[in-house]
Amino acid sequence: MSAIHVTTKINGDVVDYVCEADETLLDVLRNRLGLTGAKEGCSTGDCGACSVTIDGRLTCSCLVLGAEADGREIGTIEGMAKGDELHPLQRKFLEHAALQCGICTPGILVAAKSLLEHNPKPTETEVRFGLAGNLCRCTGYDKIVRAVMDAAQEMRRA
Amino acid sequence: MKEATGLLAREKGRAFVLAGGTDLLVRLRTGFIEPDLIVDIKRITATRSIDVRSNGFRIGAAVTGAELNEHAKLTKAWPGVVEAANLIGSKQVQGRCTMTGNLCNASPAADSVPALMAAAAKVVIVGPKGKRTIPVEQVPVAPGKTSLKKGEIIESILLPKRPPRSGDAYLRFIPRTEMDIAVVGAAVSVTLDAKGMCTDARVALGAVAPTVVLVPEAAKALIGTKMDKAALDALAAACSAACRPIDDKRGTSEFRIKVAGVLARRAAQIARKRAGGK
Ligand SMILES: Cc1cc2nc3c(=O)[nH]c(=O)nc-3n(C[C@H](O)[C@H](O)[C@H](O)COP(=O)(O)OP(=O)(O)OC[C@H]3O[C@@H](n4cnc5c(N)ncnc54)[C@H](O)[C@@H]3O)c2cc1C
Ligand code: FES
Ligand code: FES
Repeated sequence: MSAIHVTTKINGDVVDYVCEADETLLDVLRNRLGLTGAKEGCSTGDCGACSVTIDGRLTCSCLVLGAEADGREIGTIEGMAKGDELHPLQRKFLEHAALQCGICTPGILVAAKSLLEHNPKPTETEVRFGLAGNLCRCTGYDKIVRAVMDAAQEMRRA
Repeated sequence: MKEATGLLAREKGRAFVLAGGTDLLVRLRTGFIEPDLIVDIKRITATRSIDVRSNGFRIGAAVTGAELNEHAKLTKAWPGVVEAANLIGSKQVQGRCTMTGNLCNASPAADSVPALMAAAAKVVIVGPKGKRTIPVEQVPVAPGKTSLKKGEIIESILLPKRPPRSGDAYLRFIPRTEMDIAVVGAAVSVTLDAKGMCTDARVALGAVAPTVVLVPEAAKALIGTKMDKAALDALAAACSAACRPIDDKRGTSEFRIKVAGVLARRAAQIARKRAGGK
């Protein structure tokens, strides 16, 4: 298969790249663009470590072709903090110690942000179901859920 | 659409349609397939919308699970179809996966397919020789195999208009609560008359045979009854009798046969309630 030229927007910036037709968006982000926040856990859509948004929709970048990003708007973990100012979810993850090894964390933050955009006042059950596509082998999830609930509350007050 | 079917028809090597990619990309990544051509249909306008028509709904082939769920009219008319499609994968998968991809992947355990069969859904197929419309049950022919010919693309799924007092439901059994493959799936769609008598029914089962299967005997057990205990017993027996399951790590054949009856009964009760029955 041949190389494809793609023009897309990533975290608000226009980006051009050339990728192979069968190359995933995850590989493009990590290997071509140096955006290594999205992680490769499984490459089969099960773990959510590679989560990004495409035109505002949460997806696994391992199940998207790099070529499909043409003309779309991609959101990655790298766009979450505003300069030095962490997003409330990022702050709460630190406060609640909602991570250990951290491999799952970027994906969970992207997924949690998307969840709160659709549902600013989720119940604990809704958070657990909403994040069911993100696996964490370390924390046992409780601290993650608490951090998301706490961030949601703070974001509602803001 | 014409250009897309032309590309697929002309390709001498292995050519694949790409919808949400949640099956195709997994197979690509795990080395099961080595495509020479991939045709992404998501930017073809005809595949992108849900249209409400006088004779029902037209759902474009690239409409995602998340978009189905956000369509209030569709969810109201066909709650069972939408709930089945929404069982596919996580939020991440929902943002991409399509019912058409679920159907064309031709897994016996595909969650939205029993619901589509129970709903008497049809698919519009576009190919080098023009358009044709066939019932959903004629699409999968064996595990991983469909009746589509070279160059053919499903453009949309058609769901019929609902008569008053109609309801549908889909239930699946999985060992976990999320993110798993159905051990058994059961879909039921019914229409009642003003007295609560069942005048029309369709029943379909997933993961109990090489393809998702329609079970006309189970539907017959409901039609002309008030869906009382005797009718539901007959429905469950007909469903169990229709099973030709395999033994695997997810469940034994015997277990699947039993669960098919149980799930069909529960799905029928939900469908009846949604149709306004007591
Ligand atoms: C983590 C994860 C969890 C999952 N969980 C479930 C689950 O719970 N239940 C379930 O049923 N499935 C599940 N799946 C499987 C998959 O998500 C579904 O089958 C989905 O509906 C496929 O849709 P898609 O649009 O992504 O298909 P694609 O991957 O794009 O396509 C699937 C197949 O259909 C063909 N195709 C697609 N569209 C057309 C068309 N319009 N015309 C002709 N051929 C076409 C493709 O060439 C390909 O062979 C899961 C997958 C993942 C990765
Ligand atoms: S790497 Fe994409 S879901 Fe695991
Ligand atoms: S912190 Fe290690 S996987 Fe989640």
